[in-house]
Amino acid sequence: MTFLPKPKVRHPSLPKNSLGHTRRDYEGGLSTLCAGCGHDSITAAIIEASWGLDIEPQNMVKLSGIGCSSKTTAYFVSGGHGFNSVHGRMPSIAMGANAANRDLTYIGVSGDGDTLSIGLGQFCHAIRRNLNMAYIIENNGVYGLTKGQFSASADVGTMAKKGEVNQQPPIDPVLLALTLGATFVARSFSGDKQQLVPLIQAALRHKGFALIDVLSPCVTFNDHEGSTKSYQYTREHYDAAVHADFVPFQREISAEYAAGDSLPVVLHDGSRILLRKIDANYDPTDRAKATTAIGERLKKGEFLTGLLYVDPTGKDFHDVNETPAIPLNQIPLKVLSPGSAALAKVLARYR
Amino acid sequence: MTDLINNFAIKIATVNGTGSASANSLLMKSIFRIGIPVMGKNYFPSNIQGLPTWYEIRVTKDAYVARSGRIDIMVAMNAETYSRDVREVSSGGYLIYDSTWPRPALLARDDITVLGVPLARLCNENFNGVRTRILMKNICYAGVLAALLDLDIAKIRELLAETYAKKPALVDSNMKAIELGYNYTRENFKCPLPVHVAPLAAGSKTRGHIMIDGNTAAGLGCVFAGATVGAWYPITPSTSLMDAFKSFADRLRVDPETGKKNFAFIQAEDELAAIGMVLGASWNGARAFTATSGPGVSLMNEFLGLAYYAEVPAVLFDIQRVGPSTGMPTRTQQCDILEAAYASHGDTKHVCLFPRDPEECFYFARDAFDLAERLQTPIMVMSDLDIGMNDWMCPDLKWDDNYVPDRGKVLGLEEIVKLEKFHRYLDVDGDGIPYRTLPGVHPKGAYFTRGSGHTQYGAYTEDSAEYQIVLDRLTRKFTTAKRLVPKPVIEQDAHIDIGVVAYGSSDGAVREALDILAAHGVKTNYMRLRSFPFGEEVEKFLEQQKLVFVIEQNRDGQMRSLLTLETRVEKAKLRALLHYSGLPISSEFIVKGVLAEIEPKNRKPEVVPGNKVGVA
Repeated sequence: MTFLPKPKVRHPSLPKNSLGHTRRDYEGGLSTLCAGCGHDSITAAIIEASWGLDIEPQNMVKLSGIGCSSKTTAYFVSGGHGFNSVHGRMPSIAMGANAANRDLTYIGVSGDGDTLSIGLGQFCHAIRRNLNMAYIIENNGVYGLTKGQFSASADVGTMAKKGEVNQQPPIDPVLLALTLGATFVARSFSGDKQQLVPLIQAALRHKGFALIDVLSPCVTFNDHEGSTKSYQYTREHYDAAVHADFVPFQREISAEYAAGDSLPVVLHDGSRILLRKIDANYDPTDRAKATTAIGERLKKGEFLTGLLYVDPTGKDFHDVNETPAIPLNQIPLKVLSPGSAALAKVLARYR
Repeated sequence: MTDLINNFAIKIATVNGTGSASANSLLMKSIFRIGIPVMGKNYFPSNIQGLPTWYEIRVTKDAYVARSGRIDIMVAMNAETYSRDVREVSSGGYLIYDSTWPRPALLARDDITVLGVPLARLCNENFNGVRTRILMKNICYAGVLAALLDLDIAKIRELLAETYAKKPALVDSNMKAIELGYNYTRENFKCPLPVHVAPLAAGSKTRGHIMIDGNTAAGLGCVFAGATVGAWYPITPSTSLMDAFKSFADRLRVDPETGKKNFAFIQAEDELAAIGMVLGASWNGARAFTATSGPGVSLMNEFLGLAYYAEVPAVLFDIQRVGPSTGMPTRTQQCDILEAAYASHGDTKHVCLFPRDPEECFYFARDAFDLAERLQTPIMVMSDLDIGMNDWMCPDLKWDDNYVPDRGKVLGLEEIVKLEKFHRYLDVDGDGIPYRTLPGVHPKGAYFTRGSGHTQYGAYTEDSAEYQIVLDRLTRKFTTAKRLVPKPVIEQDAHIDIGVVAYGSSDGAVREALDILAAHGVKTNYMRLRSFPFGEEVEKFLEQQKLVFVIEQNRDGQMRSLLTLETRVEKAKLRALLHYSGLPISSEFIVKGVLAEIEPKNRKPEVVPGNKVGVA
């Protein structure tokens, strides 16, 4: 066993997904984070989303770096392999793992320190490669495990627990991802499970790099007055621009949706995201306009949330690399190794 | 100079980026093709165009593969380096220069023969365009050498036709330049020189041999061994390994029906990411590798520690170059031995392989994947620039079609289902190697990989005893590795008690030096190390010698340090013989070094700048 165990009590009436699994089958070990941590709510949303998507637990690969957020991959889907790598380097592990087996579902959980400081380079390049994974930033503006230093996402003027005021401009992962050509960019709040669950589902099904920046207050080091990443501040300043409903392919026929103002986005596997604009002027399929709108609101200290940009047609790493449909780790050696006759031919050039 | 036929060295001094590389390989191959063993070494600058570059061709009927230390013919094409090139010619040798412009008389030596050929004038009169004239001037000296050395001009045309099969016009223009040099030389000098080439009959030492560089051979080895993920960041002198892998894979690994590539080739953003990708892919069951050099290994240290502790296979080719820091990127050394053996913080040790030439690069590539998966740990293949980027004469590479890759202790679906519980880091068999599972197989096989403290069952821990159980098992695993890694090659006579220890690219020079020393009456035993950790054979050999010369290409005697740390040998018994100028070690250097130690009263060690003889 690789986790702190949770007692598995199964009530026969627990609802099951189409694979016959209950939500309990998507849980992990007990969280060791502080009580009330926003990250635990995100973990719960991931459990709900994976259960709802009918993913076989063993087909889920969980990746993380170092930090409070990175610990959470041990707290969901214990039937899937997890790789808690080194600080800021999770994207490269994800890239290699995905290259070896394109068939699995990859989810990375990172923090603002892990992504925007030590791991900024790898984060950017994973976006450039359009690496097929869901990438969740549990963004709280501070370093928790080292006790409350500002992270690179701390806003100008935000105050640390001990009173220090941040003067350096923040790096906004959403704007950065848009600039780098990301094909799925979302922002949410750990306290808004209704918004978060379908976003995670859409991200897991999106072919390519799907970023969800989740504002996730740190109850211990960044939940005080004067902080712009506290529960209270976030609740007051976050504003849904686009609501996304996720419609799995299998359920499409039975589901009924009002046409009207909802915009369907069809993903590569046939499932759909139904986008409902809350802000009539916001267009989640126009990168330039989306970037401007998000930036303008950020200047006012407000966060637009929801699925802020999506392009389901982008080429992912495997499209560009032209890898076969069969995962590379499953091709037998007799196919991979050209054999002695081919070697003899190769050597002719070196005589 | 008693035997000048098929036994001499040519050095060609040119300007980087002026096309001399094709002339040099043409010359070398035209000698190799007529059955005479050759060695070619390129001493090039870290520059695209303009800095001085040299190429050394050694014609060696005895098939020695290293520099001798002599230069019998110097082709001095570079005015900038002319004075030092003149000085470097061995007494009794020849100097060829471009006599279009006269050279100052003060550099003349009376113990060498100077031959002036107006190469620039010949080319200016016969070719148009500045660039063409510069390129053709360098092809032209190949014609001069062909005349002086008695090379078959028809063979040269044949080679040109192969090289430029798709551009026949180039064959004619190149041939014209060669003939210009060839004819001028035949008309103006007595040809051939006493130093020349004579074809060897069939059955010679080149039969069943190829000329190939180590990076090409290693890249080829990765394709044949079934590597599917190659991730790297460009760095001299390792880049051509990845280029070779890609170019072979593009030809040999593309599905004929779908056109899809049965490999992933990833240019990473830096070396940290490159090794991360290798770990991710290996962890997920692919054979994955990277190629880099010392600066890259420095950056990879963090992940190498994770791979050691979390037990993730990885294959890393370190094509060593001159350090420290950026050092001299296009010069060779064996200076990453300690960096590789103990890479990363905490108690770590890594398996290293030391190929001696391109042939071993090919086979060690295969062995490295087998070992990485068997031992679930990084395997470092410690090549160097000399092996990696120079053409070496090697026996034909062979592939056994019955080769079965060792994928190590990976539990499949049926085995996982039968288990009551899977424990990732438990030593079930007593060899220190636990079982692993791959993602996507069965939820019972799932485990959490982490670089933080873990128990033998795979759970997070901060408990001292549980932590130590895993750490101690890793030591047992390293002991198991001693049995599995390539054994040293030992040549020993019970009556001799002086030993020589060397490894990697030094082997060629050592072998020649030992022959010369034997002719001087100095007989030695020889152990060529092929891997770390050191097995019992290494301990035994060291024990049996009274005095051991450890010959290597670095300043600090890194292998000597490793031997003193990792074997029972007394430090005082090991004499370091260190060559770290950045040029490949020569047999002459070793002979002088050994004789200076053995007969200290009769000989004064010659002081060669940058080289040191004695105890490190």
